Amino acid sequence: MSPADFVPHLSEAASAADPAGLLPARQQMALSLGWHIVLACFGVAFPAMIFVMHLRGIRRRDPVALELAKRWAKVSAVLFAVGVVSGTVLSFEMGLLWPGLMGTFGDVLGLPFAFEGLAFFLEAIFLGIYLYGWGRMPQRLHLLMVLPMAVTGVIGTYCVIAVNAWMNAPTGFRILDGEVVDVRPWSVLFNGHAALQFAHMWVAAYMVVGFSIAGVYAVGMLRGRRDTHHRLGFTVPFVFATVAAVAQPFAGHILGAGLDERQPAKLAAFELAETTESPAPLRIGGVYTDGEVTGSLDIPYLGSLLARNSPSAPVPGLDTIPAEDHPPVNLTHWAFQTMIGIGILLMLAVLLYWFARWRGRDLLERRWFLRFAAIGGPLAVVALEAGWIATEVGRQPWVVHGVMRTVDAAGNHAAGLWWMLAASTIGYGAMTVGAVVVLRSMARRWRTGESDLPSPYGPRSALAADGNGEAER
Amino acid sequence: MSLEVVVACALFAGVVAYAVLGGADFGSGFWDLTAGGSRRGAGMRTLIDRSIGPVWEANHVWLIYVLVMWWTAFPETFAAAMTTLYMPLVAALTGIVLRGAGFAFRKYAETLGQARLFGAVFAASSVVAPFFLGTVAGALASGRVPADGHGDPWSSWLAPTPLLIGAVAVGTGAFLAGTFLNAEAARSGSTALAERLRTRTLAVGAATGAAVFASLVPVARDAPALGAGLTVRAWPLMAASALGGVATLALLLRRRYGIARFTAVVAVAAVVAGWGLGQYPWLLVGETTIGEAAGARTTLQGLLVAVGVAAVVVGPALGYLFYLTQSSQWAGDHEH
Ligand code: HDD
Ligand code: HEM
Ligand code: HEM
Repeated sequence: MSPADFVPHLSEAASAADPAGLLPARQQMALSLGWHIVLACFGVAFPAMIFVMHLRGIRRRDPVALELAKRWAKVSAVLFAVGVVSGTVLSFEMGLLWPGLMGTFGDVLGLPFAFEGLAFFLEAIFLGIYLYGWGRMPQRLHLLMVLPMAVTGVIGTYCVIAVNAWMNAPTGFRILDGEVVDVRPWSVLFNGHAALQFAHMWVAAYMVVGFSIAGVYAVGMLRGRRDTHHRLGFTVPFVFATVAAVAQPFAGHILGAGLDERQPAKLAAFELAETTESPAPLRIGGVYTDGEVTGSLDIPYLGSLLARNSPSAPVPGLDTIPAEDHPPVNLTHWAFQTMIGIGILLMLAVLLYWFARWRGRDLLERRWFLRFAAIGGPLAVVALEAGWIATEVGRQPWVVHGVMRTVDAAGNHAAGLWWMLAASTIGYGAMTVGAVVVLRSMARRWRTGESDLPSPYGPRSALAADGNGEAER
Repeated sequence: MSLEVVVACALFAGVVAYAVLGGADFGSGFWDLTAGGSRRGAGMRTLIDRSIGPVWEANHVWLIYVLVMWWTAFPETFAAAMTTLYMPLVAALTGIVLRGAGFAFRKYAETLGQARLFGAVFAASSVVAPFFLGTVAGALASGRVPADGHGDPWSSWLAPTPLLIGAVAVGTGAFLAGTFLNAEAARSGSTALAERLRTRTLAVGAATGAAVFASLVPVARDAPALGAGLTVRAWPLMAASALGGVATLALLLRRRYGIARFTAVVAVAAVVAGWGLGQYPWLLVGETTIGEAAGARTTLQGLLVAVGVAAVVVGPALGYLFYLTQSSQWAGDHEH
């Protein structure tokens, strides 16, 4: 899906009756979450990779591994900082954009966020210790400081995802005469859907980071830099990505089970089912207009098999669901299939690599494979975004499925929101450019043999004159 | 104390912590901004980077803590504040985002030109953010947020008390950061820098202290409930703050930088705590009390569990981080 297709689909969701503030609020949420989630993945998955590399450096006294760990730590400092500020944006936006949701359900969905905050606290603390601890702490103790980050990444992710899972399958409260009563916050934190959604997201984070970092070194090898530094820099993240890419289709398949009961409209949109069919075909591609599906490639039986684990069970069709409860069908369908297509492609690619290696062939010698590895990271990011679009757009028109419509969650400041959206698009764009410029210049300086990268706070002579010789090193 | 009040105290403890730690963090941006041209300011900027580098991310989680506690424990007042005060909130948010990104980018900037650009973004937004956060606090304290939300987007914060508190927030942050940086400079042997900071921190501290106490007069007129609370119920805290402030100035004069940090913290924490005590039992002054605003009891109990876990787990870790940054191995000039 190109961005141009995206916008009309979203407006399709916002019908004429919607308040003017709804569309910009949705776009704003999608922009900031879509941006944040990519960096959040680095917060979740990068520490484990740094840990392995650093451990190897210490255990085998491998200077190449140590240097890589040190550089990755510096890269992560930049990425984490941007991740943290973009996360702060989200916690403001929950209130700014969705006062109806937070006012009504704040005390229902808040507890997971409280534990998430706790996890981020620890993460930020150990991040500070680890990044600044290089050369200042006993080696082994310093290395241990990475582990809390990998653990808190898990807890933090679980907690946010628990909220999202709750929005898909609400529990832990009752509505009595329009009031929320009988709130059980712990059943929200441990709601039945959270573990599966978490597993899928957590694995996705390892795919995104593993393929992205490996891809950087694949590009280096394509340009002829074939030293141990590049091989090692490729291999460690690629092993993580391999495990994740093989696990992901299974995690996703299990996540989808029961969707016919949980969110039948979403399943119908995923499968592009206009009427209930049994057995249902798997529809690849296609568009849904005025209740008709055109242009799809249908594979008989497979729809029932994949969605219902049975060769004949029906996939409920959109015609069984009132039109006002339909999500934007095409966007949901295409996003879902993009995710799955990429997931299967990446799984096959890693299997091919290890199979070839087992047969004694090294695909890193092949330019076509390196080229593919170079785009693995972007592909995983596209799958990640597509997965979120599928879940989120597929849940529409509900913000809390079956309980609160998105319309009722939004605030009423319309014109201001468009300005805010415009400003934040520019802001996020500028931050992206800034991060790319800085990271590329770091890579360039590393290639030319610099290792410490001191920041030029002033002309060198001024620093020396001020008795701050340390900045010179 | 009722359950709601206990949770409100836990939330407010986060506000005090953010005012001190986040405030000092923002305040260092003030010193960065006023450090002078790139030649003259180089030493100061290096010092700032080294001293807030390891802690700034942790310092900002306090804000997250406050927001999450607020929307979970007192959801309707949170929505009311968000729908009323969105302008200063968005401005503060912009500042927070830009300063974090600018700071991180500057650290690894390649050329002086880049470092200056990112540095300017960092420094300017560090002054903007606390100002607007202060106006938010002032709007709440002066009863300008209606219980049902959707208050006037302009007059709710473009008013005497919010603007004064905004200015005070910038001043207290700069004062705190000044004392911390002063100690840091003295410890790492940059005497010239320490001297420069000393004079300026004295000026900033005196001005901020005077502003805090002078603003009691307009505040009493503009927000009588808060004014009465501050001068009647919270007077011991205000006195503690005055004492802390004066002690800090005296210690700075005598170049006792190490202890001056602690008295400065007392001065700022006491003022903020005074605000909390002053507006008790109101959450939205004149509109909603803490008891009325509270969400489900089960959730409040859950939050206390979370706070308890945090005290046991986060407390020591945070202490360790601060201990490390103050230890002698870390004060040195190692590469990082
Ligand atoms: C904890 C909550 C949460 C989480 C983890 C996510 N979202 Fe979400 N999202 C929301 C909470 C939410 C929301 C605030 O509840 C929205 C606003 C309206 C709605 O229905 O849900 C929403 C809407 C929303 C929409 C607009 C849907 C529409 O209007 O048709 C998109 C495209 C996304 N989100 C995309 C994402 C992406 C890319 C995420 C990846 C991080 C993501 N969401 C995670
Ligand atoms: C509505 C949704 C979300 C909200 C409100 C939210 C909130 C936040 C906040 C406030 C922070 C900053 C914390 C800090 O200062 O360290 C943050 C960072 C982070 N978020 Fe999110 N988040 C959301 C979605 C997600 C999702 C879906 C993930 C899933 C993987 C995630 C993972 C993370 C991680 C790992 C960090 C730490 C970033 C780092 O330190 O690099 N967040 N988030
Ligand atoms: C190939 C096999 C895959 C299958 C069968 C699959 C299946 C699913 C299903 C059924 C959902 C929706 C759950 C719901 O809304 O109830 C989902 C969501 C999602 N998918 Fe996938 N997926 C696959 C691959 C991937 C890949 C490769 C990524 C990213 C790298 C990914 C990222 C996501 C994300 C981020 C979500 C939304 C968040 C979540 O539910 O955790 N998926 N997936």
